Parts: sequence; C-alpha cells; structure tokens
Amino acid sequence: MLTLNRIALCQLADLPVGLGRAFEVDGKPIAVFRTRAGKVFAVDGICPHKGGMLADGMLSEESVVCPYHAFKYDAITGECDQQGTCAIETFPVDVTDAGIFVTI
Amino acid sequence: MIQPNTIRETPITRQRLVVIGNGMAGARFIEDLIGLDPSHAFDISIFGDEPYGNYNRILLSNVLNGSQDAKEIFLNPLAWYADNQITFHAGKKVTRIDREAKIVYADGVEEAYDTLVFATGSRPFVPPIAGTSLHGVFVFRTLDDCRNIAEYAKDCKTAVVIGGGLLGLEAAKGLMTHNVKVTVVEMGPWLMGVQLDADGGKVLQQTIEKLGITALTGASTKEFAGDETNRVKGVKFADGSIVECDMVVVSAGIRPNKELAAESGLACDRAILVDDTLQTNDPSIYGVGECVQHRGMVYGLVAPIWEQTKTLALRLTGLNTAATYTGSKLATKLKVMGVELASMGRISDVKPTDEVVTFAEPARQVYWKAIVREGKVVASCMLGDLGPADELVDYFMTEKPAPSRRLELFFSANTQTHGTEISLADLPDAKQICDCNGVCKGTIVKAILAGKTSVPMVGKATRAGTGCGSCKKMIAGLIEAVAGAVKADPSESWYVPAVPLDKPTLVAECKKRGLKSVSAVLAELATHEDEKSKNGLASMLKSIWGTEYIDERDARYVNDRVHANIQKDGTFSVIPRVYGGVTTADDLIRIGEVAKKYSVPMVKFTGGQRIDLLGIKKEDLPGVWADLGMPSGYAYTKALRTVKTCVGTEFCRYGTNDSTGLGIALEKRFQGFEFPAKVKMGVSGCPRNCSESTVKDVGIVATEGGEWEILVGGAAGAHVRRTDILCRVKTRDEAMQVIGRFLIYYRDNAKWIERTYDFVPRIGIENLRKIIVADSLGIGAELDAEVEKTMAAYVDPWLERDQPVYAGQFSEPRKISLPVLL
Ligand code: SRM
Ligand SMILES: Cc1cc2nc3c(=O)[nH]c(=O)nc-3n(C[C@H](O)[C@H](O)[C@H](O)COP(=O)(O)OP(=O)(O)OC[C@H]3O[C@@H](n4cnc5c(N)ncnc54)[C@H](O)[C@@H]3O)c2cc1C
Ligand code: SF4
Ligand code: FES
Repeated sequence: MLTLNRIALCQLADLPVGLGRAFEVDGKPIAVFRTRAGKVFAVDGICPHKGGMLADGMLSEESVVCPYHAFKYDAITGECDQQGTCAIETFPVDVTDAGIFVTI
Repeated sequence: MIQPNTIRETPITRQRLVVIGNGMAGARFIEDLIGLDPSHAFDISIFGDEPYGNYNRILLSNVLNGSQDAKEIFLNPLAWYADNQITFHAGKKVTRIDREAKIVYADGVEEAYDTLVFATGSRPFVPPIAGTSLHGVFVFRTLDDCRNIAEYAKDCKTAVVIGGGLLGLEAAKGLMTHNVKVTVVEMGPWLMGVQLDADGGKVLQQTIEKLGITALTGASTKEFAGDETNRVKGVKFADGSIVECDMVVVSAGIRPNKELAAESGLACDRAILVDDTLQTNDPSIYGVGECVQHRGMVYGLVAPIWEQTKTLALRLTGLNTAATYTGSKLATKLKVMGVELASMGRISDVKPTDEVVTFAEPARQVYWKAIVREGKVVASCMLGDLGPADELVDYFMTEKPAPSRRLELFFSANTQTHGTEISLADLPDAKQICDCNGVCKGTIVKAILAGKTSVPMVGKATRAGTGCGSCKKMIAGLIEAVAGAVKADPSESWYVPAVPLDKPTLVAECKKRGLKSVSAVLAELATHEDEKSKNGLASMLKSIWGTEYIDERDARYVNDRVHANIQKDGTFSVIPRVYGGVTTADDLIRIGEVAKKYSVPMVKFTGGQRIDLLGIKKEDLPGVWADLGMPSGYAYTKALRTVKTCVGTEFCRYGTNDSTGLGIALEKRFQGFEFPAKVKMGVSGCPRNCSESTVKDVGIVATEGGEWEILVGGAAGAHVRRTDILCRVKTRDEAMQVIGRFLIYYRDNAKWIERTYDFVPRIGIENLRKIIVADSLGIGAELDAEVEKTMAAYVDPWLERDQPVYAGQFSEPRKISLPVLL
C-alpha cells in the first residue's frame, strides 16, 4: 500500500540561496533547492546517469544540473535534457513559517 | 533538412546496406538515403579507414592555413551515426570482400550485405622517385596529413611543393602561413594545367610570385635528398639543379582507390566502372565518388558526387527507380591563394575551327578566355576578376547560342563589372549560388523566408555555403536583400551563452553599471540563465572587481564552492600547493599523518608534480585543510594550477639557470589568479626541458647562454600544442614581468574556457609579441598594476574551514527518519 507522508525538512535559512542541500529521508536521498526567486524544489538525490549527487549541482533557471556530467533535469517534471535518460522523481514541497515540508 | 532516422513500429525486413569509405561521397550518400527514407528500410553500416567521423575534405586547405580549426570542418558528429542507428566502423579498412557470401571483411570486423556501395575515394599519387620515404616528405589528403604537415613546418624555414595544380597551390599557401618559404615545382609548362591555358598560367604565376612564392615550371623532379638523420634536405631535378629545403609536400595528382574492387573481381579501368545507374558489373554493388569511372570520366571535385549520391539514393529507396546519372558538366569557381578563378570545359582542347575570345588586363592580373564552338561556349577560364563568370557559366551550362558580337560574352549589358554592386534581387530563382552543392537562389530565398536568417542557418537548411565557402558572401547578400540585416552568428563572439555581448563590451557594461555579482549581471544583461554562463561570469567579475567582487556561490560549480575536486563517489580530492614541486621532509610527514588520521583511501603523485589525497568526505575537508596547514593547490577552478620545475642549477650538472627558484617565485606570485581556463606552467633549467615547458600554457626554458626563453600557448592534454616563443629575457625579474603581462592580457581577452592553446593562435604570436613585449598598445603599466591588484585580492580559500560561507557548505546529508506509523 502506498502512503504519502508530509515531512518537515528544515527552515528556509538552512537552504543556501540559489543552491541545493542533501537530505536523507528514511534512507532515501533527496536534494532540495532554493532558487534566488525564493521557490523551493525537492528532487531525487541521485542522478540516474552515473549516480551524481544532485544536491551538489547547480541551478539553471528551474532545472537542476548534475555536478558530474552536467545532465539537466527539470525541477518540476523531472525530465532530463539528454535523450534516453529517464526522468528523476520530484516531490511536492510547501514552505510555511513553520519550515519546509516535503511530501513523499 | 537531414531527417532523423526513426525506427518504424511495425518491423519490416530491412535491407543490409554496407558502405565502404566514410569520406565525402560515402557520408553524403547515407545522408541522402536517410533523408529520402525516414521509415528506415535499411540497416546501414559504414567503414572508414580514417579514425574520424566524416569531415569536409575541401576545407583541409583552411585547416592548413590556419583559418579554420580542425574541429570546425566535421560534417556529422559521431552522435549522428548513433542517432540514425548507423553502425560506424571507424578506423577500419576493408581488406576483402566475399561476393559469393556477400560479406565484407575489415580487421576483426565483418558485415554481411544485401547492397554494397564503394565510396573509397582516391589517394595522392607519389611519383616513383628516390627519397619519398625520408622524414619531412608529405602528401596532402587527410586531416592527419594536415596536422603532420603543420607540426613539421614549425621547425622548417623552406619547403618545396611538388605539383602546381589546385591542391599544390593550396598546400603552398598553407605552408606560407607557417612562416615557411615555399617553392612550387610544376612539371608541365605552366601552373594549373587542367584549368588554365599557357597565358592564364603565366598570369597566375605572376600573381603568386607577388605573394612571395617561387614557382618553377617545366621542372622534372628526380630525387629527394636527405641528411644523415634521414630528414629531407633538398630536391634534385633532371637537369642536375637542386633546390634546398627542410620539407616537401607532394601533390602530383590522385589515383582512385580501386584495388579492393579489382581484387574482388569488379570491372575496373582507371577507376571502378559504373553505368548510368551507378552499378558496377555486380548488380548488388554500386560506386560513387572519386573511386568510380563513369562514361570515361573520373571526377576530382565534389559537385558530380552530389549528383551521383542523390541518384543512387533515389534508386535504392525506390522513390525513383528510373533515376539515372548521365555525367556532370563541370563549371567551377575556385579560390586559390586569394586568386579568384573560374573554369569550365576543357580549355586545352582547342580545335582549328574554334573561335577563341580572350581579354587580358595584365596590370590587374585579369585574364579571361572563352572557346566558342559551333556558336556555343564549350570552355572558358577566367582569372583575377570573375565579373562575367556567371553569364559565361550560363552560356556553357545551357548551351545557348553565344552573342554574335563575341566580346559581349565578357561585356554584355548584364555583366557586372568589378566594383559595381551585384543586384542579387534581379537574379532568376534558378540561378545557382552554391556551386559545390548545386543550390540555387530560389531554394536559399525560401529558407530565408522560413526564418533562416544567418549564413550558418541557411547552410544547415540548404547546404549552401557549406562546401568551399566561396559563395558565403552571396548568401549574406541574399539574406540582407530578403530579410534585412545579416546575422553572422553573433553568438560566436559572446563571452558566455546567456549574455549576448562580446567580452570587451560585457566588461565595459559591468564596469559602467557597477555590476559586481553574477545575479546582478544576469538580471540586467542576460537573456536566460544557465550554469556555464554563471561560472564564466563569476570568473570574469572576480578579475574585474578584485576585492570588491561579490562572491555568490550559487554561480559556481561544486568544486569551486568547496575548493576541492568532486570524485565519482561524491567524495573529494585534496591537492595542497607544493611550490615549484619542491617539498620538505616535514611537509611530507604532515601529509602522511593527515592521510593516516582520515584513512585517506588513496595518496597519489599527480601528473603535475604534487600529492593528491583522494576520497575525502565533504564534511572532513575543513579538518584535513586545518591539519595540513598548507595553502590550496587549486587543482579545481579555472586558475593557476602547477608550476612544474626541474632541479636546474641547484643540482643538475647541465643546468644553466635556477629553474626551481623561478618556478617557486612564479607560483607564489600568481597563486589564486583565476583565468578563463586553467593555466599551467613549467620552468626548465636548460634546453633538455625536463619539466616539459614546451607544452605548457606558459613555459620558461633557460638557454645555453643563461637567458630565459618565454614560451606560451602550449598544452599536452586532450589537445597537444607546442608553445610559441614569446621572447627571450636576461633576468628573472624581466621574466616575471613579461609573464604577468601575458597572463593578465590572456585573462582579460580570452573567451570563457578558451585555453591559451586556442587563444595564442587566435590572437597570433606576432601580434602578442607586439602587445606584450613591445607594448604597442601602451597598456604595459596597466597590466603590471592588474598583477599587483590581483595578488592583493588573493586569499587562501582553504581558510573557509574556520567559517563556512553558506549553509551546508561542508555538511553531510541531513538524515530524517519517517514518523513511526502505529
Ligand atoms: C589529478 C590529476 C591526475 C593525476 O592523478 O595525476 C588530474 C586530474 C584531473 N584532470 Fe588533468 N589532472 C592532472 C594533470 C593533468 C595534466 C598534466 C600536467 O598538468 O602537467 C594534463 C595535461 C597538461 C595540460 O593540461 O595541457 C591534464 C589535462 C587535463 C585535461 C585536458 C585539458 C585540455 O584542454 O586539453 C582535462 C579536461 C579539461 O580541463 O577539460 C583535465 C581534467 C582533469 C579533471 C579535473 C577531470 C575531472 O573533471 O574530474 C581531473 C580532476 C581529478 C580530481 O578529482 O582531482 N586534465 N591533467 C593531475 C593533477 C595535477 C595537479 O597536480 O594539479
Ligand atoms: C585539400 C583538398 C582540397 C580540395 N578542395 C576542393 C574544392 O575546393 N572543390 C572541390 O570540388 N573538391 C575539392 N577537393 C576534392 C574533394 O575533396 C574530393 O573530390 C572528395 O573528397 C571525394 O570524395 P570521396 O568520398 O570520393 O573520397 P574521399 O573523400 O577521399 O573519401 C574516401 C574515404 O574512403 C576511405 N577508404 C578508402 N578505402 C577504404 C577501405 N578499403 N576501407 C575503409 N575505408 C576506405 C578513405 O580513408 C577516405 O576516408 C579537395 C581535396 C583536397 C584533399
Ligand atoms: S632541464 Fe636540463 S638542467 Fe634541468 S634537470 Fe633537465 S637536464 Fe638538468
Ligand atoms: S552522473 Fe549525473 S550527469 Fe552523469
């Protein structure tokens, strides 16, 4: 059975501006990004190409760029810009005064 | 225009098509076939003797003369083969064909075929004379030839080119740009015997001699003479005379590669015989390109090939099984050494009843000649000014009657004489603009109307301008006429993709507007945001603003954020500075202790003369740096990397200068300097060059006389380039100053990720000498001041161990467990 959990990750200030940070939620790596414009995204922490740590990547508008070989993933749809690479999982995020929550 | 080859969902029985030869004909044939057959009825494999994807052989002349880089002349990248499901056997020469079993064999690979296409092209003809195997004797046909010639020419002062045809003259021109004095030797009585008559040949000879090339005609080469190290030293002629030289390029004609076909039992004469369907005498085997002989003709230019490949593709795909190739009428415009030349028909073939119309203007080196037979133009050559060429080509191609006042061939009302504006708008749509690819005006205009408004875009859509390139001016004119201003692919000159400005303009804008951070530049000047542009801007802003630069880490690649190189498992490598590669027992002990304390999985000497601690966790970086107590070696970031040195006078019995001393001083002075790409240096204590200074971005070699020779623009990684000599200086201080000026000039003028091996040839070493050594722009003092300013702005990044600059900079992933469900 599939259960969804809304989980508190951290405070907004724990996320560096324009960058990502790595989390492991119940052992599952996820990467959370905060754009300069203030949006927060959560995506799979591991690049399906060769296992790059996406949290160490960069943002290119609303895409995450893997630090290993620069494959780009849309932070919302998870789609990859390289043909033949599967999309990554993305997770809904909500930012409240109480902190940042991800639904997994 | 080239359709991707999509696989049909319903499986069909595909035909196995094998092509031998990945040259201009072979690759073009596949393109044509795929274009006509998007349903992918063929399983295509292609063998290429050369180890590359296919490239535009015509443009090798440009590669040799330095006006184009080898990587610019590729027609299809390797990915194109994969994208179209073409099996490409690169570097595999087909050595045998079993026609019975329908299998071709190449070293270690075999492919079965239903249909086989020969596109083996031709090879240079080397006359059977003594000495052709000496070092320094070259032919000119492939990319490798081109590279080898250019490399060898660096150490040469004089060269002889055997053969005064089109290719020989192109080779001569290419060699001139390598500062080699060239003599062209032609066996026939005049140059370019195929395209020109005696008078035309003489005019051409005068023209090229003005360019500084010596031409010897009617000279029969007897032998190449070498020295004791088997290097060529001269050319001996039948009349006993000798021309001394350091290298030779043989360009004495071509021979079709027909041997494989002949050995397989296919009918051959001068080349592989094909009929109007391009079939050989085996109904499953076809031929296209320079390896075939059709109706007695073996062509040596690309225009006929395009007609052949198109015809064959139409036939094989079944789109037009009646398509035939009946031969090509050749009218070509060529550019040899900057001399315009047009040729059509056989100029040497004059019958007693022919009328010959000529016009010559020796002062301008203009020469026009046309042969009129039975009232029609059957041949012509024109040199120097191609004003009437289009008209003449039209007479020649359409075989329409020549004007009764024959001189109107050259001076009709329609003829554009030199200097007058060409009215492109008035040309008929059917007028051919690109002769190499047979593209006419109508096709180009259509592309422009469809939004292809730059020369490269038109080229991509129609192929026009992608051959020899001589029609690019016309295409630009058409774009201007149809769509307004010409877009000369401006993005070429941009510093980074996201900001449509070249570097000097960008720098000026940032200074004027006071933009000190990447986000500020993006907000004010960019069209979009991408990681490459962010990195490039960060490096540039840091060099403009020094201590005032606002460092935003989200503009930087992970290595530059945490000052270490990321590894394939997410750990990092730490390389401390070891100035000039000289260390001490205490430092080594400390490195060893750190390695033990953090259980470093690998401790390795790098290719750059220092020690790498590999496999460090991100969260351990601050601790490792603190325990080492050494500055960062900047093995990440586009910055000064290593300064390799040899022991020099300190210990070596040959050393004439203190290379370690200079190396250490250089590394201390320029540490932390960021550049558009990484910079590596080497200092050698004598010309034995043990620190490989001749393949560094900046190399310094002590001369036997005790001076320092400063070298720039070298590398020995993915690109190997030998340095150029910038200058010689007497003292260490002079060396430091010249190098500082060069580095800042490079930093401020190079494009993002343009290493010195591209930058130096782009600016030109002569030019650089003027700017850096002679201070022709009067910027020397400014460059010196920049060095000081940049030194002052240097802070060892490893000090961030005490105070991380952003949240989570050195943290491990934060672990969160799920609430336990009851
Ligand atoms: C560590 C080292 C290999 C080693 O174990 O010896 C190394 C490691 C890397 N080199 Fe190198 N290069 C190392 C010496 C060299 C050398 C030799 C030298 O410096 O004398 C060369 C050829 C010289 C040259 O650059 O001309 C060299 C030519 C390259 C190139 C090709 C550059 C080019 O434009 O041709 C790359 C790729 C690039 O920069 O895009 C590269 C890129 C890399 C990268 C950054 C590849 C990567 O993205 O992971 C490697 C970083 C590994 C890491 O995580 O630490 N490395 N690399 C060497 C570090 C030297 C040092 O002390 O700093
Ligand atoms: C420097 C230079 C400048 C030129 N300039 C012009 C110009 O301005 N205009 C013009 O029209 N033409 C020009 N040409 C001529 C033009 O390049 C040729 O006409 C054209 O390349 C011929 O194409 P092709 O495919 O028949 O032969 P190629 O392009 O030579 O291709 C044949 C390929 O087959 C490979 N091959 C041969 N045998 C085997 C085998 N057994 N197994 C596997 N592979 C094999 C070869 O390695 C080669 O790569 C120029 C040529 C040169 C060298
Ligand atoms: S460069 Fe010359 S002096 Fe220096 S170590 Fe090598 S051989 Fe000795
Ligand atoms: S591992 Fe992410 S791009 Fe290769």
